[in-house]
Amino acid sequence: MPTVAVPELGTFAAWRDAARGCLAVAVPPEDILWQYGDAAGDLFAEAPVAPPTGTVTVPRAFVELAQNVVWHSDPERFARLYALLWQAKDRPGLMSDRGDAGLAKLREMEKSVTRDKHKMKAFLRFREIDATGPRRRFAAWFEPSHHITEPLAPFFARRFGDMDWIIATPDRTAIFMDGDLSFAAGQPKPPLPEDATEALWSTYFRNIFNPARLKIKAMQAEMPKKYWKNMPEAAAIPEMIATAEARARQMQLAAPTLAPARAGKITERLRMTDDTPAATDLDALQREAAGCTRCPLYSDATQVVMGEGPRDAPLMVVGEQPGDQEDLAGRPFVGPAGQLFDRIAGEVGLDRDAAFVTNAVKHFKFQARGKRRIHQKPDAGEVTACRWWLEAERNLIKPRLILAMGATAAASVTGRGQGIMKRRGTFEETEDGTQVLLTLHPSYLLRVPNEQARQAATRDFRADLEQAVHWLADHAA
Amino acid sequence: MARLDLSEKLAILSDAAKYDASCASSGTSRRDSRKGDGLGSSEGSGICHAYAPDGRCISLLKILLTNFCIYDCAYCVNRVSSNVKRARFSVDEVVTLTLEFYRRNYIEGLFLSSGIVKSPDETMGEMVEIARKLRQEHRFRGYIHLKTIPDADPLLIEQAGLYADRLSINVELPTDASVKSYAPEKRPETIRKAMADVRLRKEAGAERSHTGKRPPKFAPAGQSTQMIVGADGSNDATILRQSTRLYSSYKLKRVYYSAFSPIPDATAKLPLIRPPLEREHRLYQADWLLRFYGFDLAEITGATTDGNLDLQIDPKLAWALQNRHLFPVDVNRADRETLLRVPGLGVKTVNRILTTRRHRTLRYEDLTRMGASLKKARAFITLQGWTPGALTDSADLRARFAPPPEQLSLF
Repeated sequence: MPTVAVPELGTFAAWRDAARGCLAVAVPPEDILWQYGDAAGDLFAEAPVAPPTGTVTVPRAFVELAQNVVWHSDPERFARLYALLWQAKDRPGLMSDRGDAGLAKLREMEKSVTRDKHKMKAFLRFREIDATGPRRRFAAWFEPSHHITEPLAPFFARRFGDMDWIIATPDRTAIFMDGDLSFAAGQPKPPLPEDATEALWSTYFRNIFNPARLKIKAMQAEMPKKYWKNMPEAAAIPEMIATAEARARQMQLAAPTLAPARAGKITERLRMTDDTPAATDLDALQREAAGCTRCPLYSDATQVVMGEGPRDAPLMVVGEQPGDQEDLAGRPFVGPAGQLFDRIAGEVGLDRDAAFVTNAVKHFKFQARGKRRIHQKPDAGEVTACRWWLEAERNLIKPRLILAMGATAAASVTGRGQGIMKRRGTFEETEDGTQVLLTLHPSYLLRVPNEQARQAATRDFRADLEQAVHWLADHAA
Repeated sequence: MARLDLSEKLAILSDAAKYDASCASSGTSRRDSRKGDGLGSSEGSGICHAYAPDGRCISLLKILLTNFCIYDCAYCVNRVSSNVKRARFSVDEVVTLTLEFYRRNYIEGLFLSSGIVKSPDETMGEMVEIARKLRQEHRFRGYIHLKTIPDADPLLIEQAGLYADRLSINVELPTDASVKSYAPEKRPETIRKAMADVRLRKEAGAERSHTGKRPPKFAPAGQSTQMIVGADGSNDATILRQSTRLYSSYKLKRVYYSAFSPIPDATAKLPLIRPPLEREHRLYQADWLLRFYGFDLAEITGATTDGNLDLQIDPKLAWALQNRHLFPVDVNRADRETLLRVPGLGVKTVNRILTTRRHRTLRYEDLTRMGASLKKARAFITLQGWTPGALTDSADLRARFAPPPEQLSLF
């Protein structure tokens, strides 16, 4: 019976090579005796044979499994892995079968190794030791359950690249010096000098704990007691637990104290309203609107989005409401519909910067769906509530022409939102006699699914904007 | 006032920071210091370096720059009207603590927050300076989470995002009305605006310029927020509705729920009851269902009677019990969406079911090995070797899961 000795260092590569060789010449699992390191072998075993080499392809999932399981402390691990490899060559789907009973044991071993690795990354503690060169030196003692020091050492090298360190464990010592990683035999716990930072760490540990939320089981599930002896902060745990309840009760029972004298003054100063005189009327309007609660939309939206443009703009463009992007940026017409408007306006010579651009409703109405916000049409109540702000803007700007885009704008400006498709391209009047040109909302052009219909709608929209340009030219002040 | 030494400051300023629930250190960009030109690494998933007896993970050095604060938020231990001891770290003290703790493998990095002192810009400026020193002078590649001050200059927030992995701004309470009554100096609209700014900057950071160059990464681990549960009267439906809104509006990585717990020197304004830990747990479960299990808000809140989640059973089970007509589900045929709705089957288990199903028909025993909780699932599934029969519709099904009612004690 061939005996394969897998070395304690480079275990994975050695096992992989041996397994590959054995598989290539079809040595069945029951014919191999796997040994770890120089452990005493089977008395009846033949002298170890150099395994034949060969190449075989194995599923990736198997390699991932083996990369962890070879470090397990169970002496049977190599044989179990080889047995699985033997099986897998005839059962292609085996590795992706998460219910296979034969695989369950190996999966369990894999889990045990990954958990052990994770805990070593987490609970290992370095102490500073005397430096011999320019780099600071640290040392740690850790007692893992499996042979994980070798596979984990590169993690520590990536993390603590600018310092020298030694990680000693009972079965392996990892040494990182001047950027070179090497290994030595295991050792008993070395004496490590006191490190003053441990007291600070323990202070932190004690104070970040909330005694009103004592959950001892939850702590121990993640940080079992076996790790405590090598963690400087763990010494404080028994006392923290013992006094927690009393501390929490004391907080509950303590009568409220009088606020310190300075508190009243600070609060008073802070709560004074900061009504600074308006730079222009539009700024004042913007400030006033920021606190608007005339309808419930304010609580879901980010901010009120008021119109922008010159105070003496001859044209006022009214859309429906801010969208996702406008809501975030706090400016009207910056999202996809706004960009489309800008493009077509530019084509017909309508200067957006010379117009006052605003919306009928100043807060974004939407429905939250997963990671997205789906636009929702504002209802009549919301449009009415917000008309107050649109009117205020209109009174300040006093535009000669209003371009109302879409049904909501039409409803707000003319009082009627129906039949926008028939009314578009025509002029109407507001109550006070201001001319209103009706058109489609640019977001409609983005939504029309049918290519032909979209082209037609875009043509109509462009014609309407052109009409606005001509009207303004004809009615220049 | 006697000068405090570093240890005293650390005691005060970590005690003051513990009410922030977040300690996540995962999901940022990969980097390391293998070449010896710096310190630290981050490789995707974060590491919990210790657990306190409150069961919470300690991954980051979570401290305040200072607990002096001019605001008077009723729920907060650091409010101006409280008599807790005050302290203030210097920039270098925070930098040194972070690096020395990190070198000893105590932490993944820093979570820095602060009370609001005289000027938000000055405080935020110092926080940014700490992050800058860590990154630029010490080439620190560990994790940095900065709690941003909503009123601070947007330029400072922009710099913060260049050094920090994560930015967060707490919405504090589930409704504007609650914020106004318990945190009168905070303005919900300013908080929203600040979160919108972070999202816009992050999105701008992801776009290539016309030369194809990528701008520097902005807060690669995204932004998060926290809501205090149980301080005001909001029910769970209100809280979850608010979370849904926040996730969709600002692309938050996480909304943290923090059960309001008694604080030292509390105001008379708030109930000093035992923190509603179970409620906090149910909210997290519901939050997960909304984000990873394809549930709608209405489905989860629809399974409640008064807008509050059932404390005795988890929200998925509560939903399933009310929608029994959809069960049992055939594990060998059902699609992913349907499987995700079965109590006792998590995302991982469902993925395993789907991969294995491609090769063979599943039997009941397989499910245990795939990580399913059959105690819960069995009433809602059927597959080779198992049919729930009348169990699915049995009247006492809920009682099988809910713990027996506690006997009221007279004393």
